[in-house]
Order: sequence, then structure tokens, then C-alpha cells
Amino acid sequence: MNEAVNLIHGVVNWGMGTAADLDMGTLIDASVFYALMWVSVLSALGVVLCKNVVHSALLLTASFIGVGCLYIYMSSPFIGAVQFLVYGGAVAILIVMALMLTRRDDMSESNPSRNIWCRVGAAVISGLFFCCMALVTLLTPFKNVTVDLGDSVTGLADMMLTKYIIPFEVAAVLLLIAMIGALVLAKGAHES
Amino acid sequence: MENITVGAAAEWLRSLILYIIGNELLTDIVMKFVGLGACIAVILTAAIVLTYAERKVCAFMQVRLGPNRVGGRFGLLQPIADMLKLMSKEDIIPNGCDRVVWALSPMLLFVPSALIYGLFPFDEGAVFADVNVGVFLLLAISSQSVLPFLMGGYASNSKYAYIGGMRTVAQMLSYEAPMVFSLLGVVMITGSMRMNDIVAAQAENVWFIVLQPIAFIIYIITATAETNRTPFDLVEDESEIVAGPFAEYSGMRWALFFLAEYANLLSISILTTTFFLGGWHGPFLPGVVWFWLKVLLMVFVFMWFRWTFPRTRIDQMLSFSWKVLLPLALVNMMFTGIGVYVWRSMM
Repeated sequence: MNEAVNLIHGVVNWGMGTAADLDMGTLIDASVFYALMWVSVLSALGVVLCKNVVHSALLLTASFIGVGCLYIYMSSPFIGAVQFLVYGGAVAILIVMALMLTRRDDMSESNPSRNIWCRVGAAVISGLFFCCMALVTLLTPFKNVTVDLGDSVTGLADMMLTKYIIPFEVAAVLLLIAMIGALVLAKGAHES
Repeated sequence: MENITVGAAAEWLRSLILYIIGNELLTDIVMKFVGLGACIAVILTAAIVLTYAERKVCAFMQVRLGPNRVGGRFGLLQPIADMLKLMSKEDIIPNGCDRVVWALSPMLLFVPSALIYGLFPFDEGAVFADVNVGVFLLLAISSQSVLPFLMGGYASNSKYAYIGGMRTVAQMLSYEAPMVFSLLGVVMITGSMRMNDIVAAQAENVWFIVLQPIAFIIYIITATAETNRTPFDLVEDESEIVAGPFAEYSGMRWALFFLAEYANLLSISILTTTFFLGGWHGPFLPGVVWFWLKVLLMVFVFMWFRWTFPRTRIDQMLSFSWKVLLPLALVNMMFTGIGVYVWRSMM
């Protein structure tokens, strides 16, 4: 019995030693990041390349959820949950519903990006955007600082209810106006 | 008796694994997988037990015997027989359906239902992920189960499935709002969104069902609607739209929908227990026994609803959510806010 346990200890210690030599912790960390990153990026690519526009919309949701998971990976579960709730829950359903309600009989060639001019325009715009982002990222002098971020929710709540209280309230009023406007449009102003 | 907890059992298991493996880090990794396995085991056991319980409770409500042939007088092997039947059924794929989306829908539906089990406090120290925004993350994850229904409804290429999918969206979105507002009362009293803090706050004082009776009732109603159970099962609605998004599925694909449904039934019972009935706290018995007693009581209550109330109509149901439940929840939240303010200034 003891010999068997000792044998297992030996194998495990050898394995963990090798893993530590290979810097396994960083590797696992990086592979989680890259897995989530590829989910978001590949489904975003799928949004553009799919022939069926409903598939594009569903892949867009997958991309949103991938980004939400990335937030949770970066130990900010609140922002991740907001991403799930607002983008994965509300925006995605809005888009999918709108597409499905206006559907034609054959959806197989329905994605507007099948048009050649749309493709060229999209390529130019995304190329320009990529250049801008690359320039900004390369030119910004990033500092390597170690800070204790603490509780992301408390910090966010403090900022929202003290320093940024007016933008917060204005956004709330704006949403209320948009909601009432949508109701009036949907029901008609004269209908009771 | 009170030191028999799931946490203690996990500690014991951990020390056993540590003795065998002999490495702290690897033991922690193994324990994470043990926790995952435990959550999955709870869901799968629940699916088997609850299908049987549902039929027996239904029979009890309707003065019948229920399953009584397979596996002795009480029909104990009925769920196994049902499962074997479903597994051996032909896999029928409807003509002209959107194959990939159609096949993904039942699988994706199960994911959010299973994910939220990681956030439940089963017992002292038995939470898989103790997040500081637990309640919010829970609502965010469970809101993801709307889209798979819509996918199934759209991809089946059938008008009944399509109507069912549309109804799901209308129903689940409109019942999510009062549900969130009813839970906000609990969060305001506790002052924290961590599930363990909510349970602890009820252990120190009283159960939140006493402090928040209106929120409790609103939560029960909205939870029934969120899981698409009668009286709010307008999504399936056999007499109007056959079976809604499930109409074109057969065999194991259909069974996956029901796996998700029973996982949801158990999770709303667990949530009611955690938010309003004091979680795993109780006198004399070990915490985990109290926890499952309360959860099974809530499961019985939800089954009771299902076999007692007749089905509502879709427009009645939606106007009930927006015109009754939501204002009530908002008023409840306002009074909770005033109450909390007065209480804190008195202290």
C-alpha cells in the first residue's frame, strides 16, 4: 500500500516538476485566453462570411458571449454579466427577431455582404480602422504598473453615483424617451 | 450533528486525494473537477427523480395511481424505461429545416441551465464559484436560454414551432423584468449580491419570506413563467401549437429539452430556498438535509401549481406581467428602500 502511494507521489512530483519547468501555469492561462479570443474572432468572421443572414446573427451572439467570457477571464465578472445580459440577452434577440420577422422564403443567399461593393467597402473601412488601432496601440507609451484593483463593482458604483451622476441620469432619461417613443410608434398616437 | 456538512465531506475527500497524490496544486485541480462532477450529478439525478415525481404528483392530484407496473408496485423503474424508449427512438430530421441550427438548439438550451448550478450555495462551503456579483451573474446566465428556444423554433421550418419560438421570447423577456426587481429587494436588505451573504443574512435574522412576502410571491410566479410550466406553458401549449419549438424533435433531442426543463425546475426551487427560505440553515439537522428538504418542498409546490391551475392565454399572461407584476415589484422595491433607510438610521 505504502509503496503504491510512494510510486504515485514520485510520478506526480516528476510530472509537476516538469510542468513547472515548462511554465505550465502561464501556458494554461494563455490557452484559456486564446480559446476565448478565437471563439470571439472566428464567430465575428462568420458573421461576415455566412451566406444566411440568420446564421450571421446567431454567430454575432456567439461573438458577444465570447467577449463576455473574456471579461470574466480578466476577473471582472460584473462587466461580463452586463455583456451577457445586454448584448447576449437583449441586443442579439432584437436582431434575430427583426431578421426572422422580415424573412423571405429563401434565406440561403440573404446576407448583404454577398454584394461585391459591400465587400469592397467593408474591406476598406476595416482596413482603415485596423491601421488606426494599430497606430494608436503602437504609439501609446504603456506603463507597467502593479495595482490592487479590488472590487470592480464598488468602484464602478462609486463613479456612477458621484462623479458621473449627470451622464448616468441623462442616459436613464434618454432610455425612457426612447421607450415611450417606441411605444407610440408601435401603437399609433391616436389609438387608446 | 451540525458539523456534518458538504464542506467537511469535501475537506475529507481532499485530504484523501492529497494523501494519494501528494501535491497541493494538483489536488486543488482534481477537487475542481470533483465539484463539477457533483453539479452534473445533481442535475442528472434530478432529471430522473423529477420525471418520476412529476408523474406521481400528477396522479396524486388527479386521484389516480400513476406509474405502477415497471419496477414493482410503485413503478420505480419507470424513468429508466422512459429513457431507454427515448434512446431507441428513430431520429427524425424534418424536411427543409436549417440542419446545424436545428441540431444545436437542444444542446445550447442545456448549457445555461447547467452553468448556473456552479453559483448555488448547497451547504456551508459548498459553492463551486463564490462570485461577489453572484445574483447578477446568475440572472445574466439564465437569460441566455431564450435564444436557443428561438433557434429551435426558427430552424424547424414549421409554423407551430415558429409561433412557439416567438412566444418564448415575449414570455421570457417580459417575466425577466419583474423577477429582477423582486430579487432586488432581497439584495437591498442584504447589501450584497454574493449568494453566501444572502444565506448568512437570513441565518442571523429572519427568513426573507417574512420580510419580503410580496417579492416572494412575485418571484414564484415569474419563476414558473421562466421555466415555461403550466399555468404559463404557452410555449409548448399542446392544444394550440402542438408542442411549440419541440414539435419537430424526437428521441434524445426531445429528451434534452426535458433535461433542461427539469434542471430549470430544480434550479428555481434552489433559488427560492436560497433567497427566501434561509438556504441551508435550520436547527438540529445537518445543513444539507435542511437544504434538500426545502428544495423538494418547493419542487412539490411548483408541481402542485402545474396540476392545479388551468393554462392562461398569451395576451392575459403578458399583460399580467407588465400591468400587475412589474408595478407591484417596483412599489415593493421602493418600500424596501424606505424600510432599509429607516432601519439603518435607527441602528
